[in-house]
Amino acid sequence: MEFILDHILTLILFFPVLAAVVVLLLPKDNLKAIRWTALGMSIVPFLLSIYLWTQFQAGQAGFQFEEQYTWYAMLNSTFHVGVDGLSLTMVLLTALLTPVALLASFSVADRVKAYMFLFLLLETGMLGVFMALDLLIFFVFWEVGLVPMYFLINQWGSEKGERELWKGVKIQARNYASLKFIIYTMAGSLGLLLAIQLLGVLFKTYDLPTLTAQWTALTEGTILNVPVATVKAVAFWAFVVAFAVKVPVWPFHTWLPDAHTEAPTAGSMILAGVLLKLGAYGFLRLVLPLYPAESAKYAGALAFLAVMAIVFGAFASYGQKDFKRLVAYSSVNHMGFVLLGIAAAAKASGTLDATIALNGAVLQMFNHGLSAAGMFFLVGVLYERTHTRNLDDFGGLFPLVPVYGGILIFTSMASLGLPGLNGFVSEFLVVRGSWPILTVYTAIAMIGLLFTGAYILKGIKQVLHGPLNEHWAKGEHKLTEINLREIVVMAPLMALILVIGVYPAWILDVINKAMMMLFH
Amino acid sequence: MTWIIWLLPLPPLLAFFLIVLFTNKNKALSHSLGVGAAGLSWLGSMVVFLKAIGTEEFGKHVFESVYNWLPTGETWLQIGVRIDPLGAVTLFFVAWTIFMIFLYSVGYQNYGQPQGDHDRPGLPPHGATVTEHGHQHTVPSVEPMYSRFFAFLGLFAFGMYTLVVSNNLLTMFVGWEIMGLCSYLLIGFWYGKPSARNAAIKAFMTTRVGDVFMLLGIAFLYSATGTLTFSEIFTEEMLHHLAGISTPILGLSGAGLIGLLLFIGTVGKSAQWPLHVWLPDAMEGPTPVSAMIHAATMVSAGVYAVIRMFPLLSLDPATMSIVAFIGAFTALFAATIAVAQNDIKRVLAYSTISQLGYMIAALGIGAYVAAAFHLITHAFFKALLFLGSGSVIHGMEHGVLHTGNHSVDPQNMFNMGGLRKKMPITFWTFLIGGLALSGFPVLTAGFWSKDEILADAFGHGHWAVFVTLAVAAFFTAFYTMRQITLTFLGKARTKEAEHAQETPWTMTLPLVVLAVFAVTYGWVGIPEHFPGLGGLAPNWFHEFVGSTLTEHPEAVEFSWIPLTTSLFVALGGLLLGWLVYRKVESPKQDFMQIPVLKNKWYFDEAYDFLFVKPAYWIAEKFTCLFMDRTVIDGFLHAVARFSLFLGHAFRNYFDKPVVNQLIGDGTGNLVKASGRGLRKIQSGRVQYYMLASMVVLVIFAVLYFFLIGGM
Repeated sequence: MEFILDHILTLILFFPVLAAVVVLLLPKDNLKAIRWTALGMSIVPFLLSIYLWTQFQAGQAGFQFEEQYTWYAMLNSTFHVGVDGLSLTMVLLTALLTPVALLASFSVADRVKAYMFLFLLLETGMLGVFMALDLLIFFVFWEVGLVPMYFLINQWGSEKGERELWKGVKIQARNYASLKFIIYTMAGSLGLLLAIQLLGVLFKTYDLPTLTAQWTALTEGTILNVPVATVKAVAFWAFVVAFAVKVPVWPFHTWLPDAHTEAPTAGSMILAGVLLKLGAYGFLRLVLPLYPAESAKYAGALAFLAVMAIVFGAFASYGQKDFKRLVAYSSVNHMGFVLLGIAAAAKASGTLDATIALNGAVLQMFNHGLSAAGMFFLVGVLYERTHTRNLDDFGGLFPLVPVYGGILIFTSMASLGLPGLNGFVSEFLVVRGSWPILTVYTAIAMIGLLFTGAYILKGIKQVLHGPLNEHWAKGEHKLTEINLREIVVMAPLMALILVIGVYPAWILDVINKAMMMLFH
Repeated sequence: MTWIIWLLPLPPLLAFFLIVLFTNKNKALSHSLGVGAAGLSWLGSMVVFLKAIGTEEFGKHVFESVYNWLPTGETWLQIGVRIDPLGAVTLFFVAWTIFMIFLYSVGYQNYGQPQGDHDRPGLPPHGATVTEHGHQHTVPSVEPMYSRFFAFLGLFAFGMYTLVVSNNLLTMFVGWEIMGLCSYLLIGFWYGKPSARNAAIKAFMTTRVGDVFMLLGIAFLYSATGTLTFSEIFTEEMLHHLAGISTPILGLSGAGLIGLLLFIGTVGKSAQWPLHVWLPDAMEGPTPVSAMIHAATMVSAGVYAVIRMFPLLSLDPATMSIVAFIGAFTALFAATIAVAQNDIKRVLAYSTISQLGYMIAALGIGAYVAAAFHLITHAFFKALLFLGSGSVIHGMEHGVLHTGNHSVDPQNMFNMGGLRKKMPITFWTFLIGGLALSGFPVLTAGFWSKDEILADAFGHGHWAVFVTLAVAAFFTAFYTMRQITLTFLGKARTKEAEHAQETPWTMTLPLVVLAVFAVTYGWVGIPEHFPGLGGLAPNWFHEFVGSTLTEHPEAVEFSWIPLTTSLFVALGGLLLGWLVYRKVESPKQDFMQIPVLKNKWYFDEAYDFLFVKPAYWIAEKFTCLFMDRTVIDGFLHAVARFSLFLGHAFRNYFDKPVVNQLIGDGTGNLVKASGRGLRKIQSGRVQYYMLASMVVLVIFAVLYFFLIGGM
């Protein structure tokens, strides 16, 4: 037990790799064994992170369960991991969503072994980002996560569809999407890498706690003959762009609808559920602590981008004919609230309003992870049965699939931010926190909130309501009800959606304390 | 005591979950759960109500209990329950109407009838063919989604109870929004009909316009005061602080702006102009839903919310003027539309909008108690009217099934007539409700509450409001009598009306109960100086509800002018309505079929043109196709294309010619060529070698001589 507690983070972090290796050793035709092994072993990190949650001392400042090992001595980079309330929340989300997504992937029949292998590696990549306390390690995990996701989209993505690049040049949609995803993210993180190197060179360390103290203390003088203020401003934007692409912040968001739409169902679940959170996490873990002055200075710009994401994300979502793309755009809308909260906190760091805004932003990250994963899964359930995502092809399906319909409405309402469900709590906190700090932007964001309702209801209207499309009523096309496995996938998500909506204090207490200590 | 209040909303919620998860296949069990839960909450409410009116100086000793809900920094956002005098009287009418509506739904959804021949979930039941005594006939069939209906009603009831027992704006907003969802689900209950589906979305979206403003108001209030609990906001220093904040909008104070933002929420929820458009369309839902939405719950919730926030609203005269204007305007505006409608439920829908306008106007002129009074009496008689109209429709549907002529609209009043003999209980109760709505003097509850509003407007010198409301009251009496005459009086105008039939006891019992309240509830609020009747009993309502406020409102002085006005418009409108419509046989003879009124002043069309179409355009054309696909992706693709071009250029103009050909191939070629050239020399002939040596020697010698030796 003591061993587990002492090494709990590395255990959670690398257990998926072990699972991946085990999966690799299984015979490739025994699909059942591969699936159940992957799922079973992915539950271990989840159980460990629940244990981690129970052992975590919310009131204690700084990082907990730290582990530090020699890694790259020449560069003074160590393998340093640890969690605080912020990363703990994200670790829990990742560890929860991975088994859920793996269970959702049981319907994948093509090259299952490689699929599961990549998926498990992906989990380690994501967890690593949340745990890393060394910038170089952070960057390594940041990039590690990209590769499996690239292949998941590229190889297991939807087979249909083409995308015209410019006149006369078309490529397969999933090829386009995966390429856009990886190149965009990598291009975005080039500046981040340079900025990290700069810090490493300056301070001879990549250790985050040390760097934060030294870097923020440095306000005068020059670096390489350039004034510190200028260097900081440039480095700030390098960080921001890297994370903004990932969140994604308007106008860096156009990779998202493509990647989400073309990815396999479970891929979209993880993409929306966790990968987007990496960007927001970057803002909270690195940008605000490392650049408090610059963040405050450019908070208005960030808020502007956030509001654009909220408003145009909602409009774009409303304008879709493809159900999955509609859900994909909803992520732009919802993540906009996360950034709005962050912008507010950046502007008035340390105030009560800022703390409330940050509470909202972090809780929104968690909430969006639940509802977006649920929505993508439900779209996938329908797609597997009908092989279409075009909203005009559905209509009046409610009588055929009442259970599915009920679940879809429930999850949609969570996404819409219905009070009593989780999304409301976080959006309310963001609005409450931002209002006194960024009044005008918050007011404009309400247009987005209004249209959130519009696109959610559009989805329900086109799929479940209206006259029945007889095509799905009988014969070989007869739509079958959601099955037990699929209900089991949704059950934990729905339970958490409701629990957080009714009694958010259990998770918000951890977040609140972390935010107060992190940005006092 | 407070534990009962905490529990009040829970039975219907529990019923919702139980029905959805377990009993949805069993109709009897489902409605037992639903009605039982409503009954339980009713019982609890009555206990709380009796306890409340039995408490001395209840306004100072309210029932309240709080709980830490959200951690915010060092402190917590508390939520809790509170029943004060206003809450108690609201709870009373909410409990009664909700319980009656649940009971009524059993009959309305045809419990005990056979399954329909072609019924399918999502469409209204079409009737079932049964063979009796050897011949076939069609009878009403049971609703296919019977259990689901009770589940939704349960959730709705939960929302309303939550709203009423809340001691803070946040849980009030939670109940508010849950009702919004339920009204969406219930208006769109027959979701297979495109009209119902669209009406549901319209209702949700229109009210959401108000809700987002309300959310801002809540955020503003919370950040300005640090609390959302009523009792903490409505303290003298807090109100003073709020009134002292200045805002850039319309010169309003902080209190005024917060009040206005919250009020916009009410405008949406209570269907006030300009957000009134959803309510008439909401008639697509089954009739108990209309009653639920229009009387007992949702629209009342909006008015209840502004009455709650009155101490805040009343701080800023500008906000009060806006409230009074919107209320009075809506009262008249909706009444003008109601006179031209032919659908029995739509008349009531516009009448509801108009009556809510009354309450809002009353509040805007500071008549706090009168607004609350009218809210309650209206809830009773409007629930009665809606349920009564449902009963009429039900009876007419029976006739339609009997004749088999489905082209006859069972909701169109011109297809009715003479129903008083076929449906006596429905007729008498509807008549009572109608008279109450018209403000028929002395007997009905509507008279007392309406009169109080008019008296207040007059007494405080709000002439414009007074005249507007008086004219609206005249219209109200007129269209009510038009409705009663067309529906119940005279002779049957269609065969279907001849074969209409009284509805079962589950439907008529609620009518009778509500009719009792539609008469008697007015007697608790008779002004002290009313000629003859005043002073017989104390004006209990005014004393009790007035004590909710820290400063007890003064009762307005008695004056004959508003009373005679009130009598004149009510009786005059009723009489005129009867005189005009007792002879009318078809819409052609109805001089009220004025296009602009019939088409609701073209608001739907205008909104479609101004908001809906542009929103579509922005979403589909501008955002997706232009901004994302063309501009942003276009830029990305241009970058990609440029990179590709650079790549090509490097390959074709540098790599290939320079690196490959010049340097790569070039070096090779050079070596090869020089090898080839040199090969010729190495011929193996000694003479050539000799000659070559000589030549080189000579050249070097000459060079040496000229270049070095010559120096």
